Amino acid sequence: MSEIKKITTPLTDDVIDSLQTGDRVEITGVIYTARDAAHKRLVENYEATGELPFDLKGQIIYYVGPCPAKPGQAMGPCGPTTSFRMDAYTPAVLGLGLKGMIGKGQRSKDVVDAMIKHKAVYFAAIGGAAAIISKSVKKAEIVAYEDLGPEAIYKIEVENFPCIVVTDAKGNDLYVTGPQKYAR
Amino acid sequence: MKEIHVDKIVDAVEELCLTAAYDLGKDVEDCIIASKEKEESDFGKYIFDQILENIRYSREERLALCQDTGAAVFFIELGQDVHIVGGSLKDAINEGVRRGYKNGYLRKSMVIDPVFNRKNTGDNTPAIIHIDVVPGDKLKIILMPKGGGSENMGRLAMLKPSDGLAGVKKFIVDTVKIAGGNPCPPVVVGVGIGGTMEMTTLLAKKALGRKLGEPNPNPQYAQLEKELLEEINNTGIGPQGLGGRITALAVHIEYFPAHITGLPVAVNLNCHASRHAEVVL
Ligand code: SF4
Repeated sequence: MSEIKKITTPLTDDVIDSLQTGDRVEITGVIYTARDAAHKRLVENYEATGELPFDLKGQIIYYVGPCPAKPGQAMGPCGPTTSFRMDAYTPAVLGLGLKGMIGKGQRSKDVVDAMIKHKAVYFAAIGGAAAIISKSVKKAEIVAYEDLGPEAIYKIEVENFPCIVVTDAKGNDLYVTGPQKYAR
Repeated sequence: MKEIHVDKIVDAVEELCLTAAYDLGKDVEDCIIASKEKEESDFGKYIFDQILENIRYSREERLALCQDTGAAVFFIELGQDVHIVGGSLKDAINEGVRRGYKNGYLRKSMVIDPVFNRKNTGDNTPAIIHIDVVPGDKLKIILMPKGGGSENMGRLAMLKPSDGLAGVKKFIVDTVKIAGGNPCPPVVVGVGIGGTMEMTTLLAKKALGRKLGEPNPNPQYAQLEKELLEEINNTGIGPQGLGGRITALAVHIEYFPAHITGLPVAVNLNCHASRHAEVVL
């Protein structure tokens, strides 16, 4: 396994170029949470008004719907949710400047094509490791769509959030190459 | 006749919600530890370590193991000599869920209407409740909270009898392949075979509740479970779908006689966070 690469947000093109499928990273900085309901509203609102609830340029969106925080916690347990539910909206969001996504599970061809076109990277966090992931979250505040409950958009500050680069900006995909290596 | 007051049921259900969410069963944890030893991929080993650390941390800190604390699925075994007093059994279960999910800081994941109003109900109700009436004067409540990532990758097939054993096996293995990394492998594969359409699905769900790794008591089905586990692990999907030796922790099959024309098969996948908790009143 490779050395851990420490990266900070927002992501620059240089950092994205340096990341390869199979790299382990630790992310520090501000990231945003959003799931399908938030994506739907984000894209629809943008089409109608031309406005976004936050600047997407260079940002990372984390696909997560956390548990409520216990007293003393910034955020409750918060592991990744299945990414393909966002696939229908992702090419549009990448077109608006998004540079990174954190989730779990393989993406559609349309998403990977859009990632290559807009130079973006897809990270996997470990699904089901939600309690330990919440240790990386230092601060969280709702920035949009509060009425969506666990699906609201949060701006969160993470420190050394462990992820794996599964799909890099060249379209290499560990969900394809990893299993091939071990299939019998 | 034994009387059980609904207040007692509410309290018991509230407690079950917390236990299931925070404290993964020893059977599952032991199976994860044993499977880790067989993993060859570096990422796979790393993922196993993280999963085990998470199990211990959530148990100690009383935090939800996974943020998807699931739809609250109940299997109730109601003794026919039990008389429930003070209200309705289903209302009591829902009240217990309401309290457990609120007081335990668990995520509420139910929407009001699947198509026309996908607004959160706000308290994780309604619970999904299956009730069986059995001999005796006990009330057994089993809770299996079920996350969406794995639930959504389940499949049902109404196979033809001529599809036979080969058809059954192919359908099950294909289901795991299609699911890939989505259901948070390593998974538990619950299989129902036989009965009617709804029953085979229910059998698949029930199979997930069996003590992990315990084989089916029928040797033919135990053998089939073993063969399927090997085939599934040979797909190479591996932990989290990133490639490796261990894709599934176990395959559990439940079966029932079938109609002369049919061979229904259902696969209900569960993630490594295979949660269940039970209590007997
Ligand atoms: S599939 Fe299981 S472990 Fe993965 S996110 Fe859903 S509930 Fe959690």
